[in-house]
Amino acid sequence: MNSPHSLETLPRRQHGVVAAIDWAKLAGPEARRLRELGFDTGVDVEVLHRAGLGRGPIACRIGRMTVALRRAVAGAIQVSPAAAPAE
Amino acid sequence: MNAAPLVALVGNPNAGKSALFNALTGARQKVGNYPGVTVERKAGRLVLEDGRPIELVDLPGAYSLEPSSPDERVTRDVVTGTQDGERLPDALVVVVDASNLDNHLRFTLQLIALGLPVVVALNMVDLAERDGLKLDPKVLERELGVRVIPTVAVRKRGLDELKAALSGMVVNGPMRLRKSDGSVQDDIVTLQRRARQIATAATVSETTVRRWTHMLDAVALHPVGGPILLLGIMFLMFQAVFSWAQPFMDLIDGGFTALQAFITSELPQSLLRSLLVDGVIKGVGAVIVFLPQILILFLFILVLEASGYMVRAAFLMDRVMASVGLSGRAFIPLLSSFACAIPGIMATRTIDDEKDRLTTILIAPLMTCSARLPVYTLIIGAFIPNTQVLPFVGLQGLVMLGLYVMGIVGAFVAALVLRRTVTKGVSSGFMMEMPKYQWPQWRDVAIGLWSRAQIFLKRAGGIILISTIILWVLLSFPKPPEQPAGAPKISAVDYSVAGRIANGIAPVFAPIGFNRDIVLALIPAMAAREVAVAAIGTVYAIDDPESNQGGKAMVENLRGRWSLPTALAFLMWFVFAPQCISTIAVTRRETNGWKWPAFMVGYLFAAAYIMAGITYWLAVFAGL
Repeated sequence: MNSPHSLETLPRRQHGVVAAIDWAKLAGPEARRLRELGFDTGVDVEVLHRAGLGRGPIACRIGRMTVALRRAVAGAIQVSPAAAPAE
Repeated sequence: MNAAPLVALVGNPNAGKSALFNALTGARQKVGNYPGVTVERKAGRLVLEDGRPIELVDLPGAYSLEPSSPDERVTRDVVTGTQDGERLPDALVVVVDASNLDNHLRFTLQLIALGLPVVVALNMVDLAERDGLKLDPKVLERELGVRVIPTVAVRKRGLDELKAALSGMVVNGPMRLRKSDGSVQDDIVTLQRRARQIATAATVSETTVRRWTHMLDAVALHPVGGPILLLGIMFLMFQAVFSWAQPFMDLIDGGFTALQAFITSELPQSLLRSLLVDGVIKGVGAVIVFLPQILILFLFILVLEASGYMVRAAFLMDRVMASVGLSGRAFIPLLSSFACAIPGIMATRTIDDEKDRLTTILIAPLMTCSARLPVYTLIIGAFIPNTQVLPFVGLQGLVMLGLYVMGIVGAFVAALVLRRTVTKGVSSGFMMEMPKYQWPQWRDVAIGLWSRAQIFLKRAGGIILISTIILWVLLSFPKPPEQPAGAPKISAVDYSVAGRIANGIAPVFAPIGFNRDIVLALIPAMAAREVAVAAIGTVYAIDDPESNQGGKAMVENLRGRWSLPTALAFLMWFVFAPQCISTIAVTRRETNGWKWPAFMVGYLFAAAYIMAGITYWLAVFAGL
């Protein structure tokens, strides 16, 4: 029943699994760095913090790493709740 | 004679590579540059158990063999044997963070595929265990097909095993790469999946524990608490620069005063005495006094950097930086520029986006560097009354703060304009790994501070000493002829070469309220800003030899010769002032040409002239 969120709107501290990444929305170098940081379908993610002051960046956990992303990038990452099977 | 085998330390950022490098080589390090690029080459010597020496080189951290910054390009070029000025390493030590295996193993797989002998240092195993992660190095060895040695660099654990593994690997004969063209860049996603499989296989047990880093981040990244904490840290930093440094500065000042008194009493009145006292001691002493302030500023920056907080600051500042077309990443070099624009500009190398990086370089000199402190302190002390505006808030401190704010506002406006004109382009993103918090290793901080102190003292003994002596010579000759008694005395400064030059240029600066003394100070201030203070000191020492030549006399001289609007215009000039020669030089190096440094000097000159002029005339009309 859970519709997929994007990482941008995933509630804080709720685990999610990356369902899809809209690579077309991302600039080339940005997409590459995102892959290098380990973003991929089926990976467990969690939003840890959102910077204040309006639309600041997001800090999220991926694996055992914390990564800071801008909201536009987070918006291109579709997540489904962790309970659902990956893909 | 064969050179010692070369071993490269390579790995992801935040894998603890530098700590391992320091632990393996101790203080025997040589920091240089790779030819053509400004990436630092850190090398050191390591002696194996059997007595064979090895040259160890610490490569910049990278995420993959596909570089996205000049730093990462050097790493790729060295491990593929295509870097100028570096031979192909005989072996690689791949450093991975034990608690971040699934990410770090991907780069490891790429490196292993190159075909060089590889040993993996499974670093920070203690932290991983503290985080509830237990790994089996044997499984890793089997999956990767190379030796894996658990290490804790900061506690020197596993170093002997690492050396033993190396001695078996660096055998005679040159190495051959399996594929030498860097074509091992297999699809990142495939490698990443393989890395995750291996990491999972090597994990014996994993329990979730509440991690320190998460608890600290709950405060440091809090939407409200975070910015307050950042502001508090910045306040503490500047407070420390001004108050903690004072006793040390008094000590140094006392030393120079004693030295001056000694020379004055031991040497007869002569040219040599004038050179030593008016030139060397006055000039260099006026600058060295600021060493404590500069070191305290660098201490803060090094600690913030080493502890992992700096990236959090970048995270908090990203929104603000984005509003002028920059990213949070630019915050780190800009903060360093408060100490000195040179390390600041060099720190821009971590910014991937070229336009973003260029903009940051161009505005970095607007951050009030520590070399401007002597100038501000002197002029504020002389002209701004030390009255209390509010409890704990003095007018002098407020003016000082205002000058810093002026620089920051100027930088933001400049960035905004530049990003819409000369460095126009799509806004770059902000994507950064946030490392775990760590206690700074005091030894590493001490090494960093020591190298800063050396650089500063070399400057004081080199370019600052030389420009002070040249100025003294130009100010001292030719001597004015003796006037018959009763005739008006000719000013020794006006009669000198420097005075004549300054009098010639002075009309250009007259519209913004600058007098001859200021023009005289501005010229050598191009060498280093703090020379302005030394220059003014020398000018008045020569012009007014009878006066007691202490700091007090200089302040009195200033008050007698400068109007308040002139003093304010001078301060404003220094907010925007065209930077020192070293900054121009480093900009040329970092931007590979004269175009951008020339542009930078031009726009800062114009800004300084206009802002100083506005300040002067506003003050005049306000009746100050």
